Amino acid sequence: MNIIACVRQTPDTETVIKINGAANGIELDGVKLVLGPYDEYALEAAAQIKEKSGGEVTAVTVGGEKAAETLRHCLAVGADKAVHINDSGADDALAIATALANQIKKLPHDLVFVSNKGTDSDRGAVGPMLGELLGLPYVGLVTEIEVEGGSATVSRDVEGGAKEKFKVTLPAVICAQKGVRGEPRYASLPAIMKAKKKPIETVSPEGDLASLRKVQVEKLEYPPARPPGRMVPGESAADKAKELVRLLRSEAKVI
Amino acid sequence: MSKVILVFGQVRNSEPTRPTLECLSLAAGLGGDVHCILLGTGAKAAAAAAGHQGASQVWANEDASFDKWDLAAVANTVDAAVKSTGAALVLVPATTHGKELAGKLAARHSAALASEVIGVSADGDGFKAVRPVYSGKVRATVKLSGSPVFATVRPNVLDVAAADSSKTATVNDLAAGQGDSRIQLVSVETKGDTGAVDLSEARVVVAGGRGLKGPENFHLIDGLATAFNGAVGASRMVVDAGWKEHRYQVGQTGKVVTPELYVAVGISGAIQHLVGMQNSGCIVAINNNPEAPIFKVADYGVVADLFEFVPKLAEELKA
Repeated sequence: MNIIACVRQTPDTETVIKINGAANGIELDGVKLVLGPYDEYALEAAAQIKEKSGGEVTAVTVGGEKAAETLRHCLAVGADKAVHINDSGADDALAIATALANQIKKLPHDLVFVSNKGTDSDRGAVGPMLGELLGLPYVGLVTEIEVEGGSATVSRDVEGGAKEKFKVTLPAVICAQKGVRGEPRYASLPAIMKAKKKPIETVSPEGDLASLRKVQVEKLEYPPARPPGRMVPGESAADKAKELVRLLRSEAKVI
Repeated sequence: MSKVILVFGQVRNSEPTRPTLECLSLAAGLGGDVHCILLGTGAKAAAAAAGHQGASQVWANEDASFDKWDLAAVANTVDAAVKSTGAALVLVPATTHGKELAGKLAARHSAALASEVIGVSADGDGFKAVRPVYSGKVRATVKLSGSPVFATVRPNVLDVAAADSSKTATVNDLAAGQGDSRIQLVSVETKGDTGAVDLSEARVVVAGGRGLKGPENFHLIDGLATAFNGAVGASRMVVDAGWKEHRYQVGQTGKVVTPELYVAVGISGAIQHLVGMQNSGCIVAINNNPEAPIFKVADYGVVADLFEFVPKLAEELKA
């Protein structure tokens, strides 16, 4: 089973995000860059399926020079090799999906994993785009996956409290949601040492990505600050409960 | 000239879903000619409500096969409508189904897609959108080039204008597109609590965290959610410990929710939780630790022992 895991380097969630002077990007100095938190789940699923069925996991990313560090980490937490599509152009879902699709077409692939979304881009658009561009079936936000023979059985939750189960002929593009295969593994010291010997291939993106960047960031701003809150007074729990309900009814008017 | 804005509507119990109404309301506010696609059982019955919300044309197909999700069939059906209406903007609710549809079609058209937008405005011949990025820490205004352009609209953020029953839509038949035999929907299992309010669309969310001390105490959250007529949520710790399933998780690696009222019970407020709920309308935090970071985003903070306070609050709400 040849498995591709599409990953993305993102700022650590705990990092304070500062908008740059031109208000069209963020200050990257001092920002800790990590493997996308959602990508960890997708990579773990890829690794577990490979460990059961044999084959290889290839981590693929689109990004500038620094993205190689994230691929090195992927090699310590389940990937066997990695491809770095070196591109420092503006972050755009269609450009990324196109660069990934053009690369993946050249690699053997039975299963292509993507994740819910980048915690920086907050999009979740690359997965379905990739399915379309590769001409492969796509299922989003999968929380269960079993692979047998030439197909995968996947389940996911949808709005309204229903769980959908699909049988998908491989190859396919699957977006793995948290919980698909338990908690992602940690990079152990031996795994980190081994990862240093695994190959990362660096390639240039194929295709006219510039013409695909049709979503242009004009301005970044901080969301309006929340007005300061206050503590609900009261001697006893009952007093506080009474006062809170009064505030929610007559001041906030939300109930 | 009036541009066509096409809304992909979702139908539940013969009504457009709330995120669909939000998309229609947004479209009507942009001043275009609003068209709406409605598929599956009850589509034509739902058309009336779409009309009241400003759609002039509804493109409907009542084939029950649409009740079971088939991305390829829906995409091909919608694509035909995108082409025949010459839509300049296609709005899709940013739901599980909506997001995969919009991504697929945007790629097919090599078109701009703005994901999870919280606002759209006309910009000369084109459109601009506002969307949260960096887990909601920043807002981006993006310009969408070309035509058509696509946007998925984050549920529960935008207002729905009052329905105007004097407005009606012409209902047209839309032919069903071809499906993809490589994906078969095996089953749709409905959970026991379908009657309960859906987390991502709920007006009120009551979420529980570590402070509950064990799964046996989670009934306090269920009871309070019932008293508020809201949905139940949970912190990551609660989900990781197996007290609640992942679909209840609010925050990073869970759901982003924006209810009118969010009640955090026994949740300390790690950044991973805050990014999932900090854009809620009104936030109430209940915690026994006055230093808990959750109080920094709360409109109303209650320092109390939740085991004592929550039953009192539920009682007070019913009074």
